[in-house]
Amino acid sequence: MEATESTTMDKKISENLIEVRGLTRKLGNLKIIRGLDLDVRRGEILVIIGKSGEGKSVLLKHLAGLLDPDKGSIKIKGREIVGLSERELNPIRRQVGMMFQDGALFDSMTVSENVGFPLEEERCHSPEEIDSQVKEMLTLVGMESHSGKMPINLSGGMRKRVALARAIITHPDVILYDEPTAGLDPIGAGSIDRLIQETGEKFGITSVVVTHDLNTVRIIADRVAVLRKGRITFEGNPNELKNSDKPFLRAFIEGRDEESGTADMSN
Amino acid sequence: MNPLSLIEKLGAACLDFPSYLGQLARLAGDMASSLIRRPLRYPLIGQQIVAIGFGAQFVVIVTGCFTGAVFAAQVYFKFSDFGLGSATGPVVSLAMCRELGPVLTGLMVAGWGGAAMAAEIGTMKVTEQIDALRSMGVSPVDYLVMPRAFGMFFSMPLLVAEATAFGILAGHIVAVNVFDIPAAWFSQQVLLHTTPIDILIGMIKGFVFGGIIVLISCHQGLVAKEGARGVGQAATAAFVKSALAIFVSNFFLTFLLNHFFPLGNGGH
Repeated sequence: MEATESTTMDKKISENLIEVRGLTRKLGNLKIIRGLDLDVRRGEILVIIGKSGEGKSVLLKHLAGLLDPDKGSIKIKGREIVGLSERELNPIRRQVGMMFQDGALFDSMTVSENVGFPLEEERCHSPEEIDSQVKEMLTLVGMESHSGKMPINLSGGMRKRVALARAIITHPDVILYDEPTAGLDPIGAGSIDRLIQETGEKFGITSVVVTHDLNTVRIIADRVAVLRKGRITFEGNPNELKNSDKPFLRAFIEGRDEESGTADMSN
Repeated sequence: MNPLSLIEKLGAACLDFPSYLGQLARLAGDMASSLIRRPLRYPLIGQQIVAIGFGAQFVVIVTGCFTGAVFAAQVYFKFSDFGLGSATGPVVSLAMCRELGPVLTGLMVAGWGGAAMAAEIGTMKVTEQIDALRSMGVSPVDYLVMPRAFGMFFSMPLLVAEATAFGILAGHIVAVNVFDIPAAWFSQQVLLHTTPIDILIGMIKGFVFGGIIVLISCHQGLVAKEGARGVGQAATAAFVKSALAIFVSNFFLTFLLNHFFPLGNGGH
């Protein structure tokens, strides 16, 4: 198992696609991110874990250029994105797909219109080309028979599949996943995990997954980062995480409250 | 209430208002920039024209009709004391063209279309659909605000003209059938004293009010706070703020437009 993982890691290119340095962000009076450093390597699946409320989604929105940090630097493919205007950010955002926690599908559009929307907005594809791409993506995520449905008529897992299809249709360099398995049963969660892995491999997409689901770490992670108290306090592969003897990691893995030693019910 | 707390609240309100105006100015600037840089989304503009222009037909016609009818009655009741009952037509016509048509249409569209805009955009905000748009490199101003602005700018002047026409028509019906003013006299006096400039003034006001409604309502949607309550508050605030802005701006517009297109010799 370890040998397989090691070989997989060797295949990855070590070039950093995203570099975060000294990221700091307050929300109200609360300092959520405190001087965070993080590298995302091209081709890898990086899973960021941490307790609820640690700022995982806030970090992801910074990587997508949706939030401005108070301090720090974020480079995507070597280009600094902090301080860019919305218009300057737009071309960079097209290279960074994002799958939101509840899918964030446009509720006034059908499934196929949602998936085709990013291509429509690129304004350089014919309707036939868009149709064919939409069909391909919906088949890939197993949603081809639901193309005419409205998002409100889909289950949580289906919405996430459609959101994934919408995120990959433009073949971005990197996709950011915000809690992709939250609210799903174990079978649904496993199928989303596998889809993230398969689509990443098929299209050569780098993936950054934010979750508190340790199964996701076990199934798909090439590398794991642990966000705690506004900083990345651990980086390594899933085995290193599993074998770590750091008390806060042991507590997280075993589902105990770090301080009291009792089961943490906050999630 | 603690006096210090009251002073604190007053101070916060005084600081919030310039900040609010700044946000509106920034959104207006983004709209101007969008107009220059981005291609127009004609299907979305068409949808908004249908939603605002066609959707508001019923409320605008009813508002115009009953306002014109009641105003004609009130004018006749008082003017007949002075033997001026036959002047009802021109008074109704000018009031509908210059004031009642645009202001009441503005209020109805703010309540009907503006609140809906704030609720739609607010719902998209709290369900992360606006973040999804931005993450795809699509500006919410280009995609959500501009089509609504075009729909409003196109529809409002026409809705004002429609409400005005129905108001005058209803006034005509009341004056002729209830107060026995000869139909030919009423029509002749309306045509004699109402110029295309009066109609233009109403349409210009409608255009400006449309801009105010779309700016305030879309802004309320874009800054809506989390949850159903936040969306509800955005819709309410969109209507209340648009209505207040219509009243205040109407005062200044009246004097400004009267400067360029004077009504009779008033003020000279």
